[in-house]
Amino acid sequence: MPEGTLCNKKPVDTAEGITTLLADQSGKTYYEEMKSLDIDSDLLWKTIQNTCKSRIRTWLEICAHCGMCADSCFLYLTNDRDPKQVPAYKIQSTLGEIIKRKGKVDNAFMLHAMEVAWSQCTCCNRCGTYCPHGIDTGIMFGYLRGLLYQQGFVPWEMKIGAGMHRVYQAQMDITNEDFIDTFEWMVEEYEDEYPGLTVPVDVEDADIMYTVNAREAKHYPEDLAEAAILYHIAGEKWTVPSKGWELTSLAMFAGDWAACKIQVDSVYDAMDRLKPKRMVGTECGHAHRATVVEGPYWAGRKDGRPPVESIHYIEWLAEALREGKLKIDPTKRIKEKCTLQDSCNYVRNHGLRDVAREIVSYIVEPGYFVDMAPNREHNFCCGGGGGFNGIGYFRKQRNVGLKCKRDQILATGATLVLAPCHNCWDAIRDLEEEFEIGIKWSFLKPLIIGMLDIPDHLKPEPEE
Amino acid sequence: MHALLTGPIFYLSLGVCIIGMIVRFYQYFNGLSWQLDRVAYKQWPARGFKGAIRSIYKWLIPYGTYGWRAQPVMTAAFFGFHIGAVFIPLFLVAHNVFLQEKLGISWFTISTPMADILTWIAVASLCLLILRRLVLPEVRILTDKKDWGILIMSMAPFVTGLLARYQVGDYSFWLNAHILTGEIVLFAIPFTKLSHVFLFFASRAQLGMDFGIKRGGVRGTKMAW
Repeated sequence: MPEGTLCNKKPVDTAEGITTLLADQSGKTYYEEMKSLDIDSDLLWKTIQNTCKSRIRTWLEICAHCGMCADSCFLYLTNDRDPKQVPAYKIQSTLGEIIKRKGKVDNAFMLHAMEVAWSQCTCCNRCGTYCPHGIDTGIMFGYLRGLLYQQGFVPWEMKIGAGMHRVYQAQMDITNEDFIDTFEWMVEEYEDEYPGLTVPVDVEDADIMYTVNAREAKHYPEDLAEAAILYHIAGEKWTVPSKGWELTSLAMFAGDWAACKIQVDSVYDAMDRLKPKRMVGTECGHAHRATVVEGPYWAGRKDGRPPVESIHYIEWLAEALREGKLKIDPTKRIKEKCTLQDSCNYVRNHGLRDVAREIVSYIVEPGYFVDMAPNREHNFCCGGGGGFNGIGYFRKQRNVGLKCKRDQILATGATLVLAPCHNCWDAIRDLEEEFEIGIKWSFLKPLIIGMLDIPDHLKPEPEE
Repeated sequence: MHALLTGPIFYLSLGVCIIGMIVRFYQYFNGLSWQLDRVAYKQWPARGFKGAIRSIYKWLIPYGTYGWRAQPVMTAAFFGFHIGAVFIPLFLVAHNVFLQEKLGISWFTISTPMADILTWIAVASLCLLILRRLVLPEVRILTDKKDWGILIMSMAPFVTGLLARYQVGDYSFWLNAHILTGEIVLFAIPFTKLSHVFLFFASRAQLGMDFGIKRGGVRGTKMAW
C-alpha cells in the first residue's frame, strides 16, 4: 500500500482531517499503515540536494568518530551507555546513510530512522557544545525530521500537532473565539480579588503584546489569569491579540517547515497589526525558540529578528522585580530547598542563563536555592523535549530518559523544582509520577502571585 | 627515486594540498545559507566574527572547554598528537633547510631535542588514540576502515621520520619512506577526513557565528564553551 488513508505524505490541513486522525486511538491504524508506506526516493534525494548544503555535509564528513559526544547525551547515559545511543552514531546511521544511499532506502530503514529521530534525540543541542569540531547533531536531527515528515514517517501526535497549526494556528483545536472567551472568563473569576482586572484584547501600541501556549487555554486556564494579574499589579499597558496569540510550534518538532512558517507568520502579523513595543511570551521553552529564535528565518526575515523586540516571560519577570513594578513580601519568600530547571531552548539556545537566577535571588530565602549540576548552558534536557513528552509510541523510551533529570534533582536535595517551561514542567511532573521522589514543581507565575506585596489601591475594598 | 620524491612529487603534493584547501574553504563558506542554516550571517558581521573567533580560540586551548575537561585523558592524547603534528612538519630544522632549498622560504625552527620530545609525545599519543578506538565501545561503534586508514596515514611520517633520525638500518630508505608518506598526507588532506586540518576552523567558525548571532549572541551572552 503506497499511501495509507491516515498515514501518508500529505500534511493534514483540514479540521475534518484532524478529527479523523484523532479518532484513530493512539494512532493504531496510523502506525499499521506506516509499515507499508512507500518511499519517494527521487523526492528525498532531490530535497537533500536542494537543502543539505556545506554545513551539514561538512559535519557528516569531518566527524572524527572520536566519541567525545557520547557522555554529553542524556539518552546515552540513561540507556546504560549503549553505544547505539552515541550522538555521532545516531546521526551517521540515519541521515548519514540516507545521503550515502542517495535516498534509496526502504520502509524498514525509514521506520528505524523515525524511531531514532524522535525517541533518541530531543534536539537539545548539548552534544554540539561538546564536539571539538563544532558538530551540532541536534540541528542535524531537526533536519532529518523534516525529511521524514515529508515522506510521512512522523509520529502520530506530531502529524496531528503540525496539522493543528495549519488549521487553527495553534497546537490544539482552539479557535480565536475560544481563546478570548477563556481568557475573559478566567479574568472574571478573579475580578473580585483584583478589582479592575481586565484582558485588553487587540489594543494597538501597547507596551506588551502577550502570547501564550494554547494548552494554557485548554488545560491550565488559571495560567492566563495569573499572567493578567501580574501585568495588572505591575501596571503594564498590555494586550493580547485576538489572532496570532499562539507562541508554540509542534510543527517545529514535527519537521513541518511550511506549517512552522504559517504559525509564526500569524504571530508576526499580530505584531504588525497591533504595533506593540515588545512581545512577551509565556513560560515555555520551545515556543520561545520557535517564535523568537528560529521563527524569523521561517518567515524569511533577513535580520533573523522578529518584527518587534520579543522576550521570554522570565525576562519580563526579572525586569519587573528589578524595577520594583512587582514587589515581593520578604516574609513570603520560598523557604524550602529548591532548584531550577534550565530549559535548553532558551538557556543553551538563547543565552538566558542568568535571568531565572536573578528571579531566584528575589523570591527564594538565601540559603534555600541549590543549583543542579551541570547547569546553565550545560544543563541536561528535562528528558521530554523536542516532542518526546507528547509521543505515546515512545513513552517507554521517554521514561528511561527521565532518569537523568531525576538523579540531577535528587542530588540537589531539593523538594521544589522551578520549571519556567511547559515541556520541562511536564517532564518533571511525569518523572514524579513515574519514580515518586517526593518533589513539587511549579511555573513562576503562581509562586510570584503568592508572595506579592500588593499596593493598597489595587486591593479589594474591605467588606463592610 | 629521491630526486623524484623531493622534486616533482613534492611540488605536486604541496600544490594539490594548498589549492585543494583553498577550493574547499571557498566551497564551504559559499555553501552557507542564512535561510537553510537559520543564521543571519551577513546582517551581523561583527557579532558573527567575534563568535567565530571565540569558538575556535577556546577549543585550541588544552582543557579550555567543558568538553576537553570532561575527558582529560583523551584531551592529553589529542593535544599530545596535534601539537607534534603541527610543530614538527613546520618547524623542524631539517624541514626548514629543505623548504629553503626547494621554495626559498624558511622560518622559525625548534631545537632538535625539543623536536625529539614532541615527536615521541605525538607517537605515544597516537598509540593512546588507537588504544581508545580499540577499547571503548562508544568509539568502536563509530570506527570504520577509513578511520584506520587516516590513523595509519598520520602515523607513518612520524614513525619513518624517527627511524631515519636514529638511522635504524638503511638511512636513505627510511628518508625516502618518510618523504613519501609525508607527501601522501599532503595529497590526502583535501580529499579525506584529513580535511579537518582546515575545515575544523570553518566548522568551528560556523557554530561560533550561530551562537554569536542567534543562540545567545543576541542577548549579549557569550557561550561558555
